Amino acid sequence: MTRDIAVVAFAQSDTLRSSEEVSEVEMLMPVLHDVLAQTGLKTADIGFTCSGSCDYLAGRAFSFTLALDGVGAWPPISESHVETDGAWALYEAWTKLLSGDADTALVYSYGKSSPGSLRDVLTRQLDPYYVAPLWPDSVALAALQAQALIDAGDTDERELAAIGARSRATDNPRAQLKGPVPQGDYVVRPLRTGDCPPIGDGAAAVVLAAGERARELCERPAWIRGIDHRIEAHSLGVRDLTDSPSARLAAERAGAFERPVDTAELHAPFSSQEVVLRKALGLDDATRVNPSGGALAANPMMAAGLARIGEAAARIHRGESDRALAHATSGPCLQQNLVAVLEGDPR
Amino acid sequence: MPDVLKAPLVVEFPFTRSLGPVQSAFLTGLRERVILGVKTRDGRTLVPPVEYDPVTAEEIRDLVHVGVTGTVTTWAWNHEPRRGQPLDRPFAWVLVKLDGADTALLHALDAPGPDAVRTGMRVRVRWAEERTGAITDIACFEPYDGDDSEVTVHAGEFEDPVHGIVAQARLDYTYSPGRAQTAYINALAERRAVGERCPSCRKVYVPPRGACPTCGVATVEQVEVGPSGTVTTFCIVNIKAKNLDIEVPYVYAHIALDGADLALHGRIGGIPYDQVRMGLRVEPVWTEGGGYPDHYRPTGEPDAEYDTYKELL
Ligand SMILES: [Zn+2]
Repeated sequence: MTRDIAVVAFAQSDTLRSSEEVSEVEMLMPVLHDVLAQTGLKTADIGFTCSGSCDYLAGRAFSFTLALDGVGAWPPISESHVETDGAWALYEAWTKLLSGDADTALVYSYGKSSPGSLRDVLTRQLDPYYVAPLWPDSVALAALQAQALIDAGDTDERELAAIGARSRATDNPRAQLKGPVPQGDYVVRPLRTGDCPPIGDGAAAVVLAAGERARELCERPAWIRGIDHRIEAHSLGVRDLTDSPSARLAAERAGAFERPVDTAELHAPFSSQEVVLRKALGLDDATRVNPSGGALAANPMMAAGLARIGEAAARIHRGESDRALAHATSGPCLQQNLVAVLEGDPR
Repeated sequence: MPDVLKAPLVVEFPFTRSLGPVQSAFLTGLRERVILGVKTRDGRTLVPPVEYDPVTAEEIRDLVHVGVTGTVTTWAWNHEPRRGQPLDRPFAWVLVKLDGADTALLHALDAPGPDAVRTGMRVRVRWAEERTGAITDIACFEPYDGDDSEVTVHAGEFEDPVHGIVAQARLDYTYSPGRAQTAYINALAERRAVGERCPSCRKVYVPPRGACPTCGVATVEQVEVGPSGTVTTFCIVNIKAKNLDIEVPYVYAHIALDGADLALHGRIGGIPYDQVRMGLRVEPVWTEGGGYPDHYRPTGEPDAEYDTYKELL
């Protein structure tokens, strides 16, 4: 069966360098209350709940089960979890709604990077045989990709700096880094501080609803016209780091190329990755890219991808966009890519 | 706001991983100063080699001996090496396409500075002195300006091949328990058990986690409970835990402190293990500077009626 499914609400926390005074559930709960209040729904009204998080960030095993306290998961609810960005939790919830098993879904994700050393933590997601024993950190791998782009003539350091500056010129009240920020020294050359995302703790949540239920809950639902996710080959040395065939394929399958989009929310944690995505997705200046500031303004791990979908949807809710592309990524050098195409009803 | 509690948390684990036939040949080869690639059906040579073709997913097994020299395809200058990385002085991360290979290998390049590194430069493997059959058997790459090395077919057969690796990992965290648990731990330091009441269903959670799992709302009202409580259920531990100086067998129990709507767990002492029972009334035993009850012992009161704690099982 086919059903129209929409994002009907989006909420997020501030992204903060440290959230040590609150536990994960204490950080998440206000966001859940916010997103439910926007729709008037209560936990008991939600057909399916799906979350995204990663235990390695804060070093806490099964932390997502504690986070469920914030939902009110007793008596037991229909629930699932993905150990990655919440955008993939949204994908699972979308398939659940498509199946007709549920009419509404709550999707949330959160990440507390502050307890650990994020650059080192992220090395543990790499190939355990050939790569992880070398501990190449997340900035180093992104820097290899950036240098490949510079060598290919796709960008230069000045253009990269401009991407960071444009991203942080956002008026998004939730952004962690805003306004003029010095481009700074090299972190791993050729990437400078300004090319890298701020490290922060935060959470995001959306509510999905199908068909008429979506219209009841939201004045202008953000209809998911297509959504797909794809992955690159495992080994970095097999890939052409200057391109993202997986993002392009996901976008094609999501229908992104059928008509132009007016807005794109790209999950490009490093400035150089926006260059790759613009090329792979064929975005030109006619599309407004990352009005929210994107990941260079706030990059709460596991929540930043879901927030891209949420931000794109919120623009449609507010009538600031009619057709938007939202993208989420996971892994080193844009390893995995998810693309969703969202549309509002004609005005 | 009271000071945030913090404690170091080290997560350390040796992952023992088995290898497929191609990985085994490659890593054994490194031990013997030989670098092997694997051929795909369309004629490409993958280094480092994998068990399955990344494009077609078909099983690939044809090994080729590739060069120990190669060309840098991209690089990044790392002026501040981090723990575990190949060199402890500034170095370049590099992807290197070895002579005879069609794909690139990630490693470190030992170079005096970023000005000495460029894409396209020629490099050669510097072997580690002690080699065990791991990617770290390559100590790093170094600049090289000689000829291409020769490339030959290789059977991939070695004496005493490695079939697994032990991957050590250590991550250091600073743990903070959050608002509710901080209050609980601070009260414990004064030998008091303080839970939190849900504003909606009125249940009292000890230890509090900050939210009511039934209602999904913050618990804020602090409620002192105990000190005595009732054993709701228990088990007898017969295997001695590592680094734990307690004689077995002993009893580990769920204890519902008086006034709490959730049982916590603790060890029962001061009574033979085979006399512990559901409904037993117990009280905490504190040790100097312990921070939490060492164990619980019988109060001597009559056992609690089943109906008084059956909802807390
Ligand atoms: Zn409650």
